[in-house]
This record gives sequence, structure tokens and C-alpha cells, in this order.
Amino acid sequence: MQHAPPRLAVEVANLRKSFDRPAVDGLNLAVRIGEFYSLLGPNGAGKTTTLRMIAGLLRPDAGSISVLGIDALADPIAAKRVIAWISDEPMIYDKLTPLEYLEFIAGLWGMDAGVAEKSAHSLLDWLGLAPHAHKRCEGFSKGMRQKVALAGALVHDPRVIILDEPLTGLDAGSARQVKGVLRERVAAGGVVIMTTHILEVAERMADRIGVIAQGRLIAEGTLEDLRAQTGKHGTSLEDTFLTLLAEQDAA
Amino acid sequence: MSTSRPLTWFAQHEFRLAWRDWLSMLTAGHRGRERTAAIVLFAFIALMHLIALAMVAPYAHIAEGIGKVSLIAITSGVVLSFSLMLSQAMESVTRGFYARADLDLILCSPIDTRKVFCVRIGTIAASISLMALLLAAPFINILAFNGGTQWFAAYGVVVAMGAAATAVAVAFTLALFKTIGPKRTRFVAQIVAAVIGAAFVIGLQIAAIQYYGTLSRFAILESNAVVTLAPDVGSLVWWPARAILGDPGPLAAVLSLSLVALAGSIAAFSPRFADHAIAAASVSSGAAHQVRWSQRFRRRSPKWALRTKEFTLLRRDPWLLSQTLMQMLYLLPPALMLWHSFGEGIGPLVLMIPILVMASGQLAGGLAWLAISGEDAPDLVATAPIAPSDTTRAKIGAVTTCIAFVFAPFILVIALSSPSFALISTAGIATAAAAATQIQLWFRAQAKRSQFRRRHTSSRIATFTEAFSSIGWAATAALIAAGTWLAVIPATIAIGVLAGAWLLRPPEE
Repeated sequence: MQHAPPRLAVEVANLRKSFDRPAVDGLNLAVRIGEFYSLLGPNGAGKTTTLRMIAGLLRPDAGSISVLGIDALADPIAAKRVIAWISDEPMIYDKLTPLEYLEFIAGLWGMDAGVAEKSAHSLLDWLGLAPHAHKRCEGFSKGMRQKVALAGALVHDPRVIILDEPLTGLDAGSARQVKGVLRERVAAGGVVIMTTHILEVAERMADRIGVIAQGRLIAEGTLEDLRAQTGKHGTSLEDTFLTLLAEQDAA
Repeated sequence: MSTSRPLTWFAQHEFRLAWRDWLSMLTAGHRGRERTAAIVLFAFIALMHLIALAMVAPYAHIAEGIGKVSLIAITSGVVLSFSLMLSQAMESVTRGFYARADLDLILCSPIDTRKVFCVRIGTIAASISLMALLLAAPFINILAFNGGTQWFAAYGVVVAMGAAATAVAVAFTLALFKTIGPKRTRFVAQIVAAVIGAAFVIGLQIAAIQYYGTLSRFAILESNAVVTLAPDVGSLVWWPARAILGDPGPLAAVLSLSLVALAGSIAAFSPRFADHAIAAASVSSGAAHQVRWSQRFRRRSPKWALRTKEFTLLRRDPWLLSQTLMQMLYLLPPALMLWHSFGEGIGPLVLMIPILVMASGQLAGGLAWLAISGEDAPDLVATAPIAPSDTTRAKIGAVTTCIAFVFAPFILVIALSSPSFALISTAGIATAAAAATQIQLWFRAQAKRSQFRRRHTSSRIATFTEAFSSIGWAATAALIAAGTWLAVIPATIAIGVLAGAWLLRPPEE
């Protein structure tokens, strides 16, 4: 029997995770294929915990996570094959060169060597890292390190890219490059889920926005949907976001 | 214009940080454990007094009619302790240049940096002296209790040694900066610090092997050749030893000379410390061109990728290499002994087996920490499509390969003399390494590789069980080689230590 291709890229149901207190509390989330989804919320709202659970870095206390139809809790390895995770702190090794780092990642994802090498060189070229391909990362600036991490995330051609504050510390040119590649991935049918505190980025790039507070999704939709929810049309995302949080606090 | 702040204000700040650092080391970073730490510290000091009672009480009256042999023994102890303190001081001074921590804050503030570095050098001397005092105190107290209060003069010598070691370390490191530049200084100073710490013991052992065919360093110290060559009992060379014995003149001279040396190095070098710290900061901004580990990408398994990454990171990090080198240095004397006594029967091999087994446990513990806990990109590895058990197996594989690479030549040479001893050595080395690795797996705590030096403070239980397990397996292997059933006793203790570690392991996340 053939399965129908999934419509949803990521589906999270009744997700719960507690540390000293509940960090994620019965969260439901659905991200469609070919969508740029931005997850917003104040500090400590549970955004990073949610994304870490989807990426397989944390095990939830309860709930389910499905990535492109794969049960990520039952078969985490299959889910990880299609996911890339990028955090604000670049996950690179100081003593490796960018090219060695990409070969290491190609090995971890079990990629074909020819495909990996071609992809690595083209990513390094495109990110302006080709002149530094054979230099150790230890002397790189924050922006260069983040670009190396981005190349690492893209080299295995993931279908779902999860980013936690990826633009922190990047200069305007680097940030534009990162945003460009993310839009390209979405246009090619990929999925991007991103948290950010830079609301203008979410406003301009996201197809849909989810607002999370105290571990729960308090609002979701396009910018217009969110405005409609607050009853204030024509306002900026920043105003809408703050109004939603104030309403949540009042409730 | 620089802001004028009194020296005592900086000193207070530095000592507060040093005290919290010290407390954090004792409590393994857990707040609220101060009482437990105090009880453990008290128990440790009491235990050390008991050990000191057994070791030094018979020598309490040594000062009466002292001869050359005793002076040689005390002086060699002073040189040994000084070499260890010098190693620690060099490590601290190098860290002072390269560890950024609060240096950026200090250097960009409008204060007179001379004062800060003046206090910092003083703090290094104080912390080194304090650590040495803590270790020496039980021995001094026991000697004073049994032989008289003049032994308390030894406390003054310990302080003098801390001051002198810091003065030498500062002068040496700054001389390196001037001659070979900041980039090479970091590497050279770390290697020298590692080598100095072990050099004296190893040097004596090598001399003893060469001339007397034994690993005992006392053989060379008590030999007629050394006693004849040594200066007369009235010589200045023995002043540190005489100071320890409570002679007021030498004590005053040693103490004042060391403090003057420290004050001199502070006065001479603290103004240049800031310039050197800034020069050191620019070292990391230049990315070194690197020859790639392979010419083209090749299809590799995830396990291969992980193993290659571990080897490459270790090979390219001189600091980590120098830290592991410290453990490997102790293998030099047995290697020399093996070469020296080759073909002279199996007697010397019985002495070597426990050294090899002990070294294997210690080396495996360090490497396992680097591979298992010291992962700089834990999220990257965790999000890769590999089962966690496969990741662990690949990392253990990297540790095993390193251990095999280091110890295989020893086993091979032992096998040529005695295949059965080679078998015992192999089993001992493998067991000690496996036990140390298992302890690291139970007590894994994610950290940066740069925290390697502080790995012992993250879990006291892991540190002690790792050491006792290695000692247990070393004793077991030695007794099996000696052909006695008593080997069962240390083996049982080693298994008990492992069982204790398993019971005390933190819960898995």
C-alpha cells in the first residue's frame, strides 16, 4: 500500500517538557511544506526548548512530533536525516578547516563523497568562504563562524531547517545572505522554522508566525491574521506581538 | 588619564575571585555543598596526617648531627616540589596572558593596568603557596609534634618556594615572549610546564636505571658517587634544607631572597604584562593555513568521520597534547628500563607492568573525557542521523586506538622476553583503560575541550574512582606477574571501586 505524501512538514501535538517548571505546556504546532514559519515569544517562553525537541536534542515528557510524516520520537534517526539545526552559537570545531568540517558532516550524514564535495565547494563559494576553505576556524569572526555552521547545515541538503536566533551577531551583508538562502530553500519546497527576536525579519520573511508564551501557542497565522486577532489593523508586528503578550498576561 | 584605585582594592577583588574559584573547585560547582566540602576537606587533612605519621615520624630527629645523605634527600625533595610548583606557576602565568575572561574588561578600563597585573602575579604566588601548604602541612605538623617546633620553619620555606617559583615563571614566560613571540610562547611554555613537572623524578629514575638498573630514585641519591660529589655540609647549597630543619639564618636568607625575587619580578614585569596580553590576544585572530586531512572527499561511515575528527582535534591542539604528554612522560623510565634490561630475564618486567597499567588507566581517563565529555559541537553530533550508541562506540574506538598506539611497542618488546608477561600486561592495560573509560561514560558532563585542565573538578567521585581503579588494576597485574594468588585482593577492590562509581553515578538525562 502506498502512503500519500505528507502535507505537513512538522506536526507537534500536545507537547510537554518540564525542567524545574513547565517549559513547554501542551503545545500544538503544524508547519506546512514550503513554508517559512517564525516562532516568536518573550525570553523563557519555551521557543528553544520546542525547537530542540523537534531537532531531537531533547526528549519531551509527553506529546508527539512528526517530521515529513516520520514519527520523530519512534524513529529519531530517520527524522534527523531530513533536518538541519542551527543555533545562535555556531557548532563548529576551531581546529578544523571549513572544508574538513563539511567533510566531517558529510560523513555523519553518510553522503555520497562526490555530491558532498561539490555541494561543499559551491556553498563555500556562495558564502564567500572559498578563500578561507583551508584555514582553521579558530581565527574566524562570529559572522564567518556562523556562515561555516550554515554551510554545514545545508551541505546535506536538509528538507527541514530549524534555526534558533541565526542572525545574532551577523553583519548586514551576512544577514542578508543568510536570509536569501533561507528564502531560496523555501522556494525550492523546503521548510524553515526560525525563532528570532528581530521582529522585522519575521515580519518580512515569514509566511506564518506563531506566538508562544509560557510554553503555549497563544496566536498563529499570517501577520494579517495576528492583527485581526488583536483588532488593530495596519500595526507593525512589534505592536501586534506586544499586544498579544499583554492580552495573555491579563488573561 | 588613569583612574586611581588603591592596590588593596584590586587585591580584594582578585582574592574574592580566587576564593570563589577555590570553593567552586572543592564543591564541584554545586552551591550549598560548602558544609559537605568542609567535612570532606577535614577528613582528607586527617587522613593525610595519618599518612604523614607513617611516612615521616621516624625522621623527626634527623636535624641532630645531620650528614650529607640526609641533606641530599631533603634537598632533592625541595627540588622536586619546586619543579612541580614552577610547572603550576608557568601554567598560571600562560593562562594569565591567553585566557581572555576579564582581561578585555580590564584592558579597556581607564585604570593603571600595572596595579592589576601586580596583584595578579601576587595572587598566582599566593595560590601556589597555599596549595603547597595544604599538602605539606600534615607532614610539617607531624614532624613538629614528634621532633620540636623548629620544624614549623618548613612553612616559611614552602612560602619561599611559591614566591620563587612564581618569580621564575614570570621571568621565563616574558623572556619567551620577547624571544620567540606570543604565538610560539603559548605552545613552548605549555610543553615546558608539562615537562618541568615530571623532569626531576624522571631524570633521577633514568640515572638510577643507567647506573643501578633500578627504577628507585633513592639508589642514585644515596650512592657513593653522589655523596662524594656533593658539597660540604656547610655549603650554601644546603640552605633550603637547613631552613626546613629550623636553622634561623638560612630560613631568613631563603625567605627574604625569594620574596625579593618575587617583588623584583613584579616591579620589573607587571608594567609589560598588559602589552604582552594584548599581543597574545592578536594570536588567535590569524587563521593558520592547514593541509587538509585528505585531498578529496571520500565516502566514509559516520564512525570513521567521528574517529578522524577526534584524532585531528587532538593532533592540532598543542595544549591538549602537552597535557597528555605529561602522562606519557612517566613511560620514559620504564621504556628505558625495558631497553636496558632486555635479555636479562623477567625480573625487571614485574616492576614495569604496574607502571604501564597505571599509565594506561590515567591516559585513557583523559582521552575518554576529551572524546565523551569534551565535545565542542555537541548539538551537531546529537542532531546527526546516528544512534547515540554508535556515536559512543566511535568515540571509545578513538580512545582505544590511541591507547593501543602508545602501549603496543611496550607489549611487543615484553613479548620477546616473556609472552605470558605480555599477555598479563595487555590484559591489565586493557582493563584499566576500559574501567577509566567506563567511569567517564557514567560521569559524562558536557564541556568545552578547553576545560580539560579542570575536568577533575567537575566530579570528585569520577576523579578518585578513576585513580583508585587504575591503582587497583596496576596492583592486580603486578601480583599476577609475581605469581601470587593475592592478586585477587586488589582486583576485588578495583571491582568494588567500579561498583561504587556505578552506584554514585549521576542520573542519565
